[in-house]
Amino acid sequence: MSVALRRNAATRPRERLGDRVGDFAIKALCALACLVVLVLIVDIAYKVISGAHLAIAKYGLHFLTASEWKPNFDRFGAVTLLYGTAVTSGMALVLALPIGVSIGLFLSLLAPQRLRGVIGPLVEMLAAIPSVILGLWGIIVLAPAIRDAEPWLHRTLGFIPIFGRPETTGASIFTAALILTIMIVPIIASISRDLFLTVPRELQDGAIALGSTQWEVVRGVILPSTASGVVSAAILGLGRALGEAIAVAQVIGAGNLIHTSFFESGDTLASRIALQFPGALSKLHFASLFYLAVILLALGLLSNLAAQLIMRRFDPQRAHAR
Amino acid sequence: MTTAEATWDPAAPLVPTGNLRRRLIVNRIAVGGATLAAVAAVAVLGIVTWTVFHKGASQLSLGFLTHNPPRFPGQPGGGIAPAIVGTAVIVALATAMAMPLGVLIALYMTEFARGSRSAAFMRVVLDLMNGLPSIVIAVFVFGLVVVGHGQSGYAASIALAIIMLPLIARSSQEVLLLVPGQLREAADALGVRRWRTVLGVILPSAMGGILTGTLLAIARAAGETAPVLILCSIFSPGIHLNPFSVGQGLDNIPITVFTGSEQADPASQARAWGAAFVLLAFILFTSLGARALLNRNRRRLSG
Repeated sequence: MSVALRRNAATRPRERLGDRVGDFAIKALCALACLVVLVLIVDIAYKVISGAHLAIAKYGLHFLTASEWKPNFDRFGAVTLLYGTAVTSGMALVLALPIGVSIGLFLSLLAPQRLRGVIGPLVEMLAAIPSVILGLWGIIVLAPAIRDAEPWLHRTLGFIPIFGRPETTGASIFTAALILTIMIVPIIASISRDLFLTVPRELQDGAIALGSTQWEVVRGVILPSTASGVVSAAILGLGRALGEAIAVAQVIGAGNLIHTSFFESGDTLASRIALQFPGALSKLHFASLFYLAVILLALGLLSNLAAQLIMRRFDPQRAHAR
Repeated sequence: MTTAEATWDPAAPLVPTGNLRRRLIVNRIAVGGATLAAVAAVAVLGIVTWTVFHKGASQLSLGFLTHNPPRFPGQPGGGIAPAIVGTAVIVALATAMAMPLGVLIALYMTEFARGSRSAAFMRVVLDLMNGLPSIVIAVFVFGLVVVGHGQSGYAASIALAIIMLPLIARSSQEVLLLVPGQLREAADALGVRRWRTVLGVILPSAMGGILTGTLLAIARAAGETAPVLILCSIFSPGIHLNPFSVGQGLDNIPITVFTGSEQADPASQARAWGAAFVLLAFILFTSLGARALLNRNRRRLSG
C-alpha cells in the first residue's frame, strides 16, 4: 500500500503552492462576484424601501388610492400616476404587440434572406436609440405633429372618449404612449423573431404540403406553438414601458389630474420621480418619491418574473435550451 | 358534390375561385401587413436619425466639440466639451467596475457551475437585474451614496455599472459557452491546472466576444439619462476630470440633451440637438461595430 502511494507521488506532476492557491483564488473570486450581485439586488430592494419608510409609515396603502400630490402642503398620493402609467403603457402595448409580432414574422419567415440581414439589425438599432433622444424628438417634432392631428382625430374618432378635445401643446398621454410604442416595438420584434425561428421546419413544411397559405401556417402552426413566448415578450415590453422615465417625462406634460382624454397631460410613476427628485422640497416629498420607486420596483420585478415563469412553464424546449 | 364534376370544363383558365380565392386574399393582406410593420419600424428609425442628423449636423464644428457652453443657457454659441469629457469619465469608471465583475460571473456560470442550479439561479437574477427600471437603480444609488454627501460622478458610475453588469455577464456567458470543449479537454490532458486553463486558454479565445459585449453595454450606458439626472446633474462650469469629488457632479451629454429639450429658447435646443447628434453617432457606430465583430467572433469560435 505504502509502495503504491510512493510511486504515485513520484509520477504525479509536482504540485506547486501557486497552483493550488490559483485554483482556489479564481473559483473564490468568481463565487464572490456572484455574491456581490445577490447582495446588490437585495440591497436595492432594502434601500429603496427604507428610503420610503417615512411615507409608508404615514400613508400606508392609502398612498395608492389618494389622488392629491401637493408637495407644498405635504400631501401625496399616487393614483393619478398609477392611472398615467397604466394608460400609457397599456396603449403602448396594444399598439406595439401586433406591430412587433408582425415584424418578427416578417424577419423570420416572410422576408427574403438578404432583406432579413438588413432589416433585422435596423430594427435593433431602433432599440439602441437612447430614450432621451427619442424624448427630444418627441417633444420638438412629434408633439407639434400630433397637436396638428388632434382636431382631425377628435372629429373622426371623437365618439370614443379617449379622443377628447384638442389641446394646445401636444405634450400629452397620447404622445407619451406613442414614444413608448417606438421603444418597445424592437424588443417584442427581436424576441418574437428568435421565437419563430425555433419552430421546427417540418411542422411548417407539413402545413404547406397540406395546402396552407403562409398566413395559415402562421395562424395554425407558428403562433399556437409560440404563444407563451409571445406573451412573455409582451410582458417584457410592458415592463420596459412601465419603468421608462426620461422620454415620458419629456413629452407627457406633467399634469396632476386624471383625464379620460388622451390628449390631456398626465404623469407616470417613473416620470414623476425623474422630474421632482432633483428638486424635492421636504423629507416627506423624498420619501413619497421613494415610495413611487418601491411601486416601480415591485412592478418591474413582478413583470420580469412573470415573463420568465411563463417562458419556462409552457415552453420546455426553450427552458432547457441553455 | 356531384354536380361539380359534371360541370368541369377543361378549357377553363387555372385561377383560384371561391374559398381558395378568399384564403389567398387573406394571405396577401397578412403578408402585406407584416411587411408594412417592418417598413414602418425602419421608417421611424430613419425619421428619428434623419431629424437628429439634420438638426444636429448644422451645430457641429470643431468649436462645438472643444468649447465650454456659454455662461448663461440662453446665449447662442459655445460647445459641449465638458459634457463629452464628463460622459467619457463616468462611463469609463462604470466599465472598470462592471466588466471584471460581469466576466467573473460569466466564468462562474460556464466554468465552475455549468448546468448546475446555482448557474440557473444566477441567470434568473441577472435577468431580473436587467429588467429593473433605470430610474429605480438611480434612486437606489441616491440612497446608497448621495444622501448626506451630495452628488458626484462616481455615484452615476455606480448606477451605470449596475445597468451594464447583466448585459456584460450575459453576453460573456454566451461567448464562453461557444468556446469549444476540446480546448478544455486538451488543457486537462496536458495536466494544466484549471486556473491556468481559464486565464491562458479560455479567456483569450473568448476575449473578442467579451469585448464586443462590453462595447454594446457601453453604448447602452452612455445614453442612460435617469441615473445622471438624479445622481450627477449639479456641476460648476468648465471641464472636470475627477469623478470622486463629492458634491460636484460631472457635466455629461444626456443631461445636456435633457435640459435642452426642457428649455424653450432656441439656443439651448440647438445645443441639445448637437449633443444628441454626437451621442447618437457614437452609439450607432459603437453598436454597429460591436455587432459586426460579434458575428465574426461567433463564426470563428463555432467553426
